[in-house]
Amino acid sequence: MAITLTINRKKVSLDIDSNTPLLWALRDHVGLLGTKFGCGIAQCGACTVWVNGEPMRSCVLPISAVGNAQITTIEGLDPAGKHPIQEAWDELDVAQCGYCQAGQIMTAAALLKKNPHPSKQEIVDGMAGNICRCGTYHRIQEAVALASKKVKK
Amino acid sequence: MKTTRRNFIQQTALFTSVFTLGFDWFESKGAGMAIASEPGRFNAFLSIDALGKIRLYSPNPEIGQGIKTAFPVVVAEELDVDWKQVEVLQANLDTQNFERQLTGGSGALKHSWERLRKAGASVRQMMVQAAANQWKVDASVCKTAKGFVLGPSGQKASYGSLAAEAAKLPVPATVTFKDRKDYKIIGTRVRGVDNKDIVTGKPVFGIDVRKPGMVFAQIVRPPFGATLKSFSAEDVKKMPGIIDVVSFKNKVAIVGTSTYEIMQARQNLTCSYGSDTPLEGNDTHQAWFDAGMKSDKATVQRKDGDFAKAISEAAKVIEATYECPFIAHSPMEPMNFFADVKPGSVLLAGPTQVPQPAQKAVATLLGVPENTVQVELTKMGGGFGRRLNNDFALEAAELSSIIKKPVLVMWTREDDMGGGIYRPAVRYHFKAGIDAKGNITSFYLRGVGLNAGNSTRQDNFPVGAIDHVLIESVDQKSAVTTGPWRAPITNFLGFAEQAFLDEVAEAAGKDPIQMRLDLLARVKSNPVGKITYEADRFAEVIKQVAEKSQWKKKPGVHQGFSVYYSHFSYVAQVAEVQVKNGKPQVTHVTAVTDCGEVINLSGSENQVKGAIIDGMGHAMFAKLNFQAGVTSPTNFNAYRMIRGNEIPKIDAYFVDNGISPTGLGEPALPPTGGSIANAIYAATKKRFYKQPFY
Repeated sequence: MAITLTINRKKVSLDIDSNTPLLWALRDHVGLLGTKFGCGIAQCGACTVWVNGEPMRSCVLPISAVGNAQITTIEGLDPAGKHPIQEAWDELDVAQCGYCQAGQIMTAAALLKKNPHPSKQEIVDGMAGNICRCGTYHRIQEAVALASKKVKK
Repeated sequence: MKTTRRNFIQQTALFTSVFTLGFDWFESKGAGMAIASEPGRFNAFLSIDALGKIRLYSPNPEIGQGIKTAFPVVVAEELDVDWKQVEVLQANLDTQNFERQLTGGSGALKHSWERLRKAGASVRQMMVQAAANQWKVDASVCKTAKGFVLGPSGQKASYGSLAAEAAKLPVPATVTFKDRKDYKIIGTRVRGVDNKDIVTGKPVFGIDVRKPGMVFAQIVRPPFGATLKSFSAEDVKKMPGIIDVVSFKNKVAIVGTSTYEIMQARQNLTCSYGSDTPLEGNDTHQAWFDAGMKSDKATVQRKDGDFAKAISEAAKVIEATYECPFIAHSPMEPMNFFADVKPGSVLLAGPTQVPQPAQKAVATLLGVPENTVQVELTKMGGGFGRRLNNDFALEAAELSSIIKKPVLVMWTREDDMGGGIYRPAVRYHFKAGIDAKGNITSFYLRGVGLNAGNSTRQDNFPVGAIDHVLIESVDQKSAVTTGPWRAPITNFLGFAEQAFLDEVAEAAGKDPIQMRLDLLARVKSNPVGKITYEADRFAEVIKQVAEKSQWKKKPGVHQGFSVYYSHFSYVAQVAEVQVKNGKPQVTHVTAVTDCGEVINLSGSENQVKGAIIDGMGHAMFAKLNFQAGVTSPTNFNAYRMIRGNEIPKIDAYFVDNGISPTGLGEPALPPTGGSIANAIYAATKKRFYKQPFY
């Protein structure tokens, strides 16, 4: 039975097992490859997307549970890369390998949406769920703070 | 002899390799024909077309070390163009025109520095000559700036407008490099060339490879040391989306149309394994360490003076044993590879640190000529040495040849963490003898490694400063597959040695920094035997870190020192620990690095900080266990990775000496475990002898 999802403001109809995790629906069936597979058990955060604006681990979220919710992936954040978080990530040259960064960025952008001017500790705590194996944590935290200043303007 | 473009490429290609992993991976044929015939392509590294488009080609696989940005920075600097003018492209494997097209050993810049400068400077000179000819002036009175040649009477011509004429000129036999005081790009903060792709989620990684007609597969691998006896695939084949289940080399591959369907079907697969010898567990490994320490068959790696006599005459003897487990590389992108094996041609695409060995090994496996195997390089979601082993590429090629389809083989995190290739487990035993004045007179090290090769670095400091030295290694073969892990061997040896020297300094009643400086002064005046390091550069990073960290000048702060030389670079660290709620917390690490000329300050800082976080996280938390040849844990719920709320403040400084650049992907890692352990000791009087600490 086909399931209709709303991904980056577009309706997408998928005729796949409704238990399929959103991550694999996005990657294997919708063709959106920006959301990354890291662990498959919601531990690393590489697969973070928004469901109705809330950051969720798409690797453990079956599409049957998504319903009519708005799904936003890294491709839908701002395709031109002009979101303050994306700009700050480039300006501070955050990425090393870059693989975890889609998940980091979606987590960070959701954090700022909820709390546009987080304290240093709120940034550290808010980003602690996402693993970066290259260890770019300092710049991730600095970039969230920089983006927060951009939001202020 | 006139240098033509063709033999310019030959000359650069045939330059003697200095790569140090022990053998020459790349013997370039150096023909260069394909590139020389491309319009606007001046050499392997750059092209300039009539519209002024400047393209720089980065040959080495990008793994997060920043080479795709750093290489073009060097070419652009000598070419004398504005960084904003250039476009950087990843070159695919091209053994005709590039050499050492690999990522490993932190060796890329050291190897290519002169070649990259020559590639840029020679074309700059050709542009100048073309303009000088046009203006009928001597080339020596022309200058360049931001992609233009400037004449003596205000003439100005863009490289693009000169490209066609310049391309007809002979490649200069000699080139003049810029004075480093004139550098405009080198040493500045240059943002990664792929940043935009990363922040917008472009499909640039191996796992993102999609090709027409492609299917997916996952492979079930046997426990270490076991062979596949039988498997039951009937229930698997009935599952939705499953195309085939095939077996090769003790493995079972499930081929299907989507990842989730394969994961579901995989749960129905039952495999039975057997083995001729008992499968390994933690107990086996401990028994091997014990036996290796007692073995009379150790390989002597170094002998200076008479260690046995000297230690027997020492006023004081210090001894300690250190041990580390097997650990996984855990790059965030699990292993994966694409292969399409067709009659007459093979296409490989994916994340490998060593594409040419992948090409060679796949050609051998399939019995086809190497030149029919094409390798497309993708960006890699980390590697840390794991992608030096092409097992994943070979599996994909073999599977594609069996199922006769283009296939992307995907490893789950459990496959990745449970399937090798690991950092070898090693145990070290150190002994040092000191005389009545507290000077080290004798030094002993035995390393017992499991599939570690030589687990010592016998010509590295403090060797060279001590009269009586004996260094031995024992390599025990294991069924657990191992390979290089970021800063191979030294990632743990660096900790063990620096922690041991801290104990020696304490026993000798010396300041740990002053003790190193005294030893290095001895090396400088009167070295013992062969050494691999330069005493002056070593001493300089130590002096600078003492000053920058305010060594022993911060009341209430517990500091630990370490310094290590690896991959031709020197890194000294001071870690600080504060006890909060009764627990030691690493709050600050100061690092001073001498890697010669810093090419990209942004990338360099990122590498140093990342390596320190990597070294700290793995020293504190990482451990794999074995039982009956099976690894545990196999995912991040139980295999703890350091997170952003556990990191210290890190200050990364670089020695400004203008020496030719050396590696930076690895060298900041080896001293990290030591500086942290020594700082924790200063705070708690507890020493660590095993990794992980916690």
